[in-house]
Amino acid sequence: MEYFVQQLINGVTLGAIYGLIAIGYTMVYGIIGMINFAHGDIFMIGAFIGLITFLILGVAGITWVPLALAIVLIVAMLLTSVYGWTVERLAYRPLRGSHRLAPLISAIGMSIFLQNYVQLLQGARVRPMAPVVKGGVTLMEADGFAVQLSYVQILIVVVTVALMTIFALIIARTSLGRAQRACEQDRTMAALLGINVDRTISLTFVTGAGLAAVAGILFLVYYGVIDFYIGFLAGIKAFTAAVLGGIGSLPGAMLGGLLIGLIETFWSAYFTIEYKDVAAFSILVLVLIFRPTGLLGRPEVEKV
Amino acid sequence: MSLAEAETQSRDVHDKTVPSGARPLLTVDHLTMRFGGLVAVNDVSFAAGDAEITAIIGPNGAGKTTLFNCLTGFYKPTVGRLTLDSSGRQHFLERMDDFRISQKAHVGRTFQNIRLFPAMSVLENLMVAQHNALMRASGYSVLGLLGIGGYRKAEREAVDWARYWLEQVDLVDRADDNAGDLPYGAQRRLEIARAMCSRPVLLCLDEPAAGLNPRESAELNALLLYIKEKHQIGLLLIEHDMSVVMEISDHIVVLDYGRKISDGTPAFVRGDPTVIRAYLGEEEDDEIPPEVVADLAPVLAGTKPDPSDGEGR
Amino acid sequence: MTVEASRQAGGTEGTDLVALLKEAGLAALVALGLGISIIGIRTVTIPGGLGLEYRWDWVVIAVVSVFVGRFVLALRRETRSPAKRAEREVVMNRIGATVQRVSKIAGPVLVVIAIALPWMPFSNRYIVDIATLVLMYIMLGWGLNIVVGLAGLLDLGYVAFYAVGAYSYALIAVHFDLSFWLCLPLAGLFAATFGVLLGFPVLRLRGDYLAIVTLGFGEIIRVVLLNWYEFTRGPDGISGIPRPSFFGLPFSRRVQEGEQSFHTFFGLDYSSMHRIMFLYYLILVLALITNFFTMRIRKLPVGRAWEALREDEIACRSLGINPTNTKLTAFAIGAMFGGFAGSFFATRQGFISPESFTFVESAVILAIVVLGGMGSQIGVVIAAVLLIGGTELFRELEQFRMLAFGGAMVLIMVWRPRGLLAHRDPTLRLSAGGQNAGAKGGAS
Repeated sequence: MEYFVQQLINGVTLGAIYGLIAIGYTMVYGIIGMINFAHGDIFMIGAFIGLITFLILGVAGITWVPLALAIVLIVAMLLTSVYGWTVERLAYRPLRGSHRLAPLISAIGMSIFLQNYVQLLQGARVRPMAPVVKGGVTLMEADGFAVQLSYVQILIVVVTVALMTIFALIIARTSLGRAQRACEQDRTMAALLGINVDRTISLTFVTGAGLAAVAGILFLVYYGVIDFYIGFLAGIKAFTAAVLGGIGSLPGAMLGGLLIGLIETFWSAYFTIEYKDVAAFSILVLVLIFRPTGLLGRPEVEKV
Repeated sequence: MSLAEAETQSRDVHDKTVPSGARPLLTVDHLTMRFGGLVAVNDVSFAAGDAEITAIIGPNGAGKTTLFNCLTGFYKPTVGRLTLDSSGRQHFLERMDDFRISQKAHVGRTFQNIRLFPAMSVLENLMVAQHNALMRASGYSVLGLLGIGGYRKAEREAVDWARYWLEQVDLVDRADDNAGDLPYGAQRRLEIARAMCSRPVLLCLDEPAAGLNPRESAELNALLLYIKEKHQIGLLLIEHDMSVVMEISDHIVVLDYGRKISDGTPAFVRGDPTVIRAYLGEEEDDEIPPEVVADLAPVLAGTKPDPSDGEGR
Repeated sequence: MTVEASRQAGGTEGTDLVALLKEAGLAALVALGLGISIIGIRTVTIPGGLGLEYRWDWVVIAVVSVFVGRFVLALRRETRSPAKRAEREVVMNRIGATVQRVSKIAGPVLVVIAIALPWMPFSNRYIVDIATLVLMYIMLGWGLNIVVGLAGLLDLGYVAFYAVGAYSYALIAVHFDLSFWLCLPLAGLFAATFGVLLGFPVLRLRGDYLAIVTLGFGEIIRVVLLNWYEFTRGPDGISGIPRPSFFGLPFSRRVQEGEQSFHTFFGLDYSSMHRIMFLYYLILVLALITNFFTMRIRKLPVGRAWEALREDEIACRSLGINPTNTKLTAFAIGAMFGGFAGSFFATRQGFISPESFTFVESAVILAIVVLGGMGSQIGVVIAAVLLIGGTELFRELEQFRMLAFGGAMVLIMVWRPRGLLAHRDPTLRLSAGGQNAGAKGGAS
């Protein structure tokens, strides 16, 4: 029982991180109908920018954790957004209206480029970071097994819930959200009605990258180690989360992220840790076979 | 039933007979298609005769293309039976996958927004249409790869069949050009030729005259009549251009808001007050001023230029 | 059209120098935003944790070059007519057509050169080795070209089939002691089976799902190979894979009593070059088979159906083509050739481990297909020679290789989405059909 609760806590924490990345996939898919393969690498870049900012703050002597975290979050979100914007502007925007494979190949090219860019500039070896948020509370204890809820886990869940709430409000209430939903429905019509489609798509990438940056920082403070390759697997899993939740659906992405986090944690805890990456992938294939629209997705009516 | 009788007789909405008395090739029974809350096609029944041109007309959004997509398997109907009865065999189209409808039931179609294989040559487009026959001839590629069996001969025959259709649509000169490089009108003709290359017993044409100039439109009429006379197949036609519809159709089915509102010979439909009302967008109960009816009659008859097209003949 | 639109969005009209400078300035600002963190500051490992190393000079260089680059590009754009893109497409298509036409004659010449290569006076072990490597990638490229170029299916995990081929060859050869020529088709069959199993559920869905599933599959195969120790010996890999023999004659120096080896049978002195040359000819033959197969199947109905599916799946369905089965054949055949190449790899190395089957390999093969021009056989050859031969020659630039490949993939897609040398000749012509149809002669 205690073991189960512990895994539940761990799974929710991991799921929160996947959910944040999955939003970026699902939004981009919703608006331009493509898989942004480079999104996992944007997450990785966010983690690196976060690491660098932490270190700079350390040098500057800002060590009060809440302040440092806030600064890191803001700086990393801003700088990672620039990457999101640039990727869209350089690799995807010129390809609108091109043949079907072009944006996908461009995206995978971008992903390879970003991985190697970071590898070259930041080195191939893993970067460990001293824990920023230490300690935790013991929830229950029995038979010598203590269920730990660390402050980092609380932080991750709180930040994720807060961000998702803000984000849901943006989509539901602001003109940006309206423009985004309009472009999702019908891009041509939205353009005719005076919505700046290019700008809306750019902003979608920018917000997606911002959320991925937060996910990157949370990943960094949770695991304490990053390297240039973390975006690859995290990207596939987050995409799986988006598909599981129903691609194009924002609540779906959050739900899917949570489920993937839980499944992966329980799989590692009760079966084998070596094959934990196989779990997410098997789910992806199973969902695609039995329920391609995902849990919350709407069936896609083919336009003939 | 004589033609004169048919022209005046009022027909029931669920009538599934062919007004000319021809053998029904396609029978649509209580077809309903729902998308979520929207009912795009609502309990439509009709029959289309063999070796006849049946036109489906109706205002935009009446459910014509949805009906086509149900017939050709791209949508699975919510309710209803679609029976194709050709050479003694019955096919229930609502149960078949889209590609099997072409493969087994031999229903061919064209699309409202032309769907060619733009990067392939005109001739290749027509060869792809004969895929299933050629696959068998090539021993599902195994014999073809080894160069044994009758594939060469089958391919030659397929080219000859393609050439025949290229002649009919006047595209022999462009046979080796990419389909995407053809002008619009030629692309429309090529799509019809491609559908015919698959040897259909029923050909469904989704607005074949859209975007054609009057000369091209007249040529299209001749082509469709030729297909009907020479190849003795059924044609199902969605069309807005009344000059095309009235001139070549044997039978017209009128849809409005997903329901069938009229069904009969061109002469009957032309005079049917429900049709006139639907085209004017009047409420059911309102009286139509006689002068409007007088104005509209020639439009429906196809003798006067359709105001929306701007060009007359 | 989209390019025009974004130009309008750029907001410059005429050669307004101030506007151009402003545009370049904005680009430079973005570059600063990009560079200030990742380029400007490097984390370094120091005793007791991580330290920082500053490289502001690099940031300055990056920002200035973006400024200048953007300015020059904007200037060029302003002074050139907007019809350039279409014009360029025509020119590039003509180049592609010329290359294709030349390759009809040059192809056999190239094959002759390839056959003669080991006998050239300048040739040595190193050159033959590189040529073998290049041919291996040519074969992989041609195999993937069936999937990506002809059928238009983006397979991002092609290396998985390569791995399946290599491991099935290795395991069968080690455990059952079967000869190379028996293992080869078995390995191809296994790889094709994996292709079918993976493709069947996914090929019914939208194309992009295939891309991500294959990407994941490539990684999963590696994870399984790493962790299923009893079967694959995990990270230790499989060693002692039997080397190929010349129809039963081994290429070994020492011969067992009563048996013969290649050199004793032909009365030659023993030379290690024999085996290397044999491997070279082996892959040459395998690659040529792949090419011959592709050229031939392209002209068969299934090949045309692949291309038609790439062009418009809905139209294909309306013509009675079963899309799933047709795509599945392309996917399985591509996988099979990947499997063949994998077994060659295993027999050449004599040792395989999961290390050889990373995503990078898939990316390299995809880059060869994309850069060469999707669907172009000669394009694959040129790209493989340049990318593989090139990186072998410039070993010191190795670390920039993948950066360049990734960047090049993006650039090619933006510049010419069908690939640099993409040009398509019809698979049959009406005018060649016998009777004169009055059509123009055609290029062939």
